[in-house]
Order: sequence, then structure tokens, then C-alpha cells
Amino acid sequence: MIKTHKVKTLVIHSATDVTLMCQTVRDWAQTENLSLLNQTAIVTAASELAHNMINYAGGGQVDLAVVCQGVRSGLRLTFTDQGPGIPDVELALQNGYTTGQGMGLGLGGTQRLVNEFVIDSQVGVGTKIMITQWR
Amino acid sequence: MALEVNGVRNPSKVPDILTRYQSELLTGWLTEQAASGIRHEHLIQEAVLRKQCADILALLSEAAQMGNLSNIMAPEWQPLKEKLTTISLSRVQQGFSPRDIALFVFSLKQPLFEVLRQELAEEPISLADEIWIATTLLDQLGLWTTEVYQKAREDIIMRQQEELLELSTPVVKLWEGILTLPLIGTLDSSRTQIVMESLLQKIVETGAQVAIIDITGVPLVDTLVAQHLLKTVAAARLMGSDCIISGIRPQIAQTIVHLGVDLSNVTTKSSLADAFILALQRCGFTIQRRGASDMR
Amino acid sequence: MERIPILQVQEFLLVSIQVDMHDRLAMKLQQDLTQQIVQSGCQGVLIDISSLDIVDSFIGRVLGDMAAVSSILDAEIVVVGMQPAVAITLVELGLSLVGVRTALNMDQGMVLLRKLLQEKSKRQGNLDQDSQS
Repeated sequence: MIKTHKVKTLVIHSATDVTLMCQTVRDWAQTENLSLLNQTAIVTAASELAHNMINYAGGGQVDLAVVCQGVRSGLRLTFTDQGPGIPDVELALQNGYTTGQGMGLGLGGTQRLVNEFVIDSQVGVGTKIMITQWR
Repeated sequence: MALEVNGVRNPSKVPDILTRYQSELLTGWLTEQAASGIRHEHLIQEAVLRKQCADILALLSEAAQMGNLSNIMAPEWQPLKEKLTTISLSRVQQGFSPRDIALFVFSLKQPLFEVLRQELAEEPISLADEIWIATTLLDQLGLWTTEVYQKAREDIIMRQQEELLELSTPVVKLWEGILTLPLIGTLDSSRTQIVMESLLQKIVETGAQVAIIDITGVPLVDTLVAQHLLKTVAAARLMGSDCIISGIRPQIAQTIVHLGVDLSNVTTKSSLADAFILALQRCGFTIQRRGASDMR
Repeated sequence: MERIPILQVQEFLLVSIQVDMHDRLAMKLQQDLTQQIVQSGCQGVLIDISSLDIVDSFIGRVLGDMAAVSSILDAEIVVVGMQPAVAITLVELGLSLVGVRTALNMDQGMVLLRKLLQEKSKRQGNLDQDSQS
């Protein structure tokens, strides 16, 4: 059973919002004693997803939460937008696939960074991506 | 929490008792702790313990006044829980056992039941109900305190493990710009990760151009360890440094080939000495033996 | 308007990338760098990423673009100061900064730049000789 505590919602519309979010995620990851690698991984994933929201959906929101499952604790971030949605999620998740320019981090790369990655996207409605990184 | 008596709901008497009988409860509690063998006078002074217990009773009584004795997750229980957390954490530091911490809370039951018995001598049914209420409340508090204690202990153990790991895998500076990491013993996945992180960190701190990872002292290399080694080399290169892996014994070489691990991109040497010479060359040094005439 | 400063250090240009860069700033940096390379005649650029604790697609693209621009202007680029956690993350993802050389710090970066420029002038010297004969 997963318990949630310490919750915060941030609005993402500009690069400054992304920076603030990254700093918050980094702080929370440090407080929850995630290893340096896991910290870097989740902050990178968060930055990636937040930038995607701005570039493809004009912005969105991210819900941060500290989660506990028995002995282990971690961070869970949920990115929600009302953008165009992703028509072919499978394709988007393939390694290094990216529609824009980039070094190919993409959704697939982001998925590899974190322990849990759940995506729900509907064309014309929006996208919701939930990532979890344990300690 | 209300009680039904003859179909009529009455509020519990426990909050009232907690307030009126605080000093009796304090004395009784301290006596009970001593009787349970959890007193440990050498770890905590009488005056300090007395103050802690008095504070807990006061906070307990305040929270109970709100009338909700069945759910300690409600906000009014927060101050008491914080106090219990503080005490629990300090007990961890002092070396109390989990049994000590649990009994610390549970030993309040006996004095509380005593007082309830006195108050409700004439009402056996009420007494039974009130004891039930009191016991479930203290059970919740006791369990909660123990969980806090357990988590704190785990945190300490984890920190100690990390410190041990750092101590057991020192990174040695062989020469200006050349580091070596002599790995010793069996490598499990988490140890390897921590060790590799600390090597990379040292590379940045010292500006080392070459890091020699020596695995002479490693009896077994499995796929995971081999992958970690390769990842470390790749990361060092990304940063602008380089690695040489030395000490690959014949058995290990065979295992690596068997596992299908591709070391073609990595410089390897069978001995640390050979690796050192190569590292010196890479850093622009040459070693010359002085001529016989120079050796006086 | 805020801009990222481009400094001259010995015979090279130095750019320090800060963590809170955004699209407009990145574009401005690109323009400034182009201008400075041409104006100063510097043949080497050091990009300092020591203050970055993550490298995502956005930063990756910025670095790639700067390398491309410099290459067109015949200048060499070296990225310095990558943090270990960043390096490991990139390796875990199977990514590398293609065509971008790295060094641990500024000093080693300058040594590398000098070496690269030496090799380049030797190559170009040989080419000139070849075309003359």
C-alpha cells in the first residue's frame, strides 16, 4: 500500500517555472535521502518532462509528492497538461525517438531514468505522466 | 468516542481522568517502567525521565479533550506525536532496544487501568468499555512510537554502511594526475555503485587524467560488476579523464569472455605496475634509470 | 537584457553555462558567441558546465548548437567541468555528446585546445604542401 504525504502543486509555463521546479525536486530528493544518482536521475527526468509540456502543450502543472511503501520512501511527480496528446505512445517511448531537435533523451530515455513511469495520453485531450523514484 | 449505556450515548471518561489524575498517573507510570526492567538508570536520569513523562501526560490529556480517542492521525494528536518522536529519536541514539521503546508507552496502561478501576468501581460495564478505549488508544500510540524508532534505526544503519563502504575503498593518488582504486573482496551491485561514484568524484577533485581500477583483489566478476566497470570508464571519459583496468587474472579474463562483455574499448593491463607505467606515459612522463656513473 | 558573459582567457574564449538558461537566452548566447569568435579571432572556445547538476535535452541541444556554430567558424570547442552524477546519468541513458571533446577543468581544457590547434595547423600545413606539389 502506498502512502502519500507532503504534497505540492506547481504551475509550469516558463523556463523560470522549470528551474524552480527542478530546485524543489532536488531539495525534496535530498531530504528523502535519495542517492546522488537517483536525485540526478529524477531531476533530469522532471526537467525533460516539464520542457516537453512547455514545448508541446504550452504549459501544464506538476504535482509533487513524497510516497512511502512499507520501508521504502521516494518521490512521485505527476505531469498533467491539456495539450495535443501523443498519437503513438509506443513509438514515442522507443529509445531516443524525438520529434523535435535534441540529443535523443526523449520519452524513452526519461522512462529509463526512473523506477516507475506511467503515461496516459489522449489526442485532443491531453497527457498525464506519473514518474516515481525510490530511495 | 462515545459509549452506549442502556441505549444512551455517553462520552468517554478517559479524557477527564487523564486530566484529573495526572500526578497519580505520573508516579504510577514511572513505577511501572522500573518494574518492567526498562528503566536503564545509567542511560537516562530520573529528573529527565520524570519531565519527559510529565510532558507526555500533559499533551496526552490535551489531545484527549477533543474527544477523538480512536484515531491518532487527527490533527489534535500532532503535538503529542511530535513529543513522542523526539523522545524516540533520542532513545535510538542512546541505544535503547525496540522492546524498551514499546514498553515505555505500554507501561502507562497499568496505572491508567488502576485509576479507571477506582473511578468506575460501581459500573463494571462502563469500566470494561473504558479500559477498551484506553488500551486501543495506547496501542496506537505505542505502535506509532515504535515505527518512528525503527525508521530512525534503519537510517542510522544505512549511514553506517555508507561510511564503512567509503572507508573500505580508498582512492589512492599514485602520482600527479594519476589515481588508483584498488578493489578488494567481493563486489555486490550497490557497493560497486558507491565505489564508482566516489572514484569519479575524486577524479574531479584531483584533476586526475588517469584512474587505474585494480581488480587483483577481486575473486569474482559477474555481468553486473563488469557492466559497472564499463560504465565507470565511459563516465570518466565523458568527463574528460580516462581509466585503465588492471589486475585481470586469467580466470577473470575467461569469465569476462564467457559473459560476452566487450572490453575492446577499454585499456587493460594484467598488473598494476604495467598500468602505472602506461599511465605515466599518457601523462607525459618518462622514467629513466640513472647511469652507473651517476649512482654514488 | 540579461546575457551570459563571454570572457577571453589567454588565447581562448570562455563561456560559463548557468542552470537557469532559457530559450531566448540560449539564442542570444549563440549570437554573441558567433560574433565574438569572428571579432576576436580566437580559435578555441571553453564551455564551462561545472555549475550544471543535470544535463537534459535542452542543455544537450544548446551544447550541440554551440559546437556546430564553432565548427563552421573553424574554432575548436572543449567542454569542461562535467559533474560525475551528470556523466553517469548520460552513460546510463546510452548518450554521449557527439563530436564534443571534454576536459576535467579549465587548465586541462586549455592544454587540450592547444594540442588540437597544433594538430589542425599541421594537417592544414600538410594539405597546403600537397596542393602546391
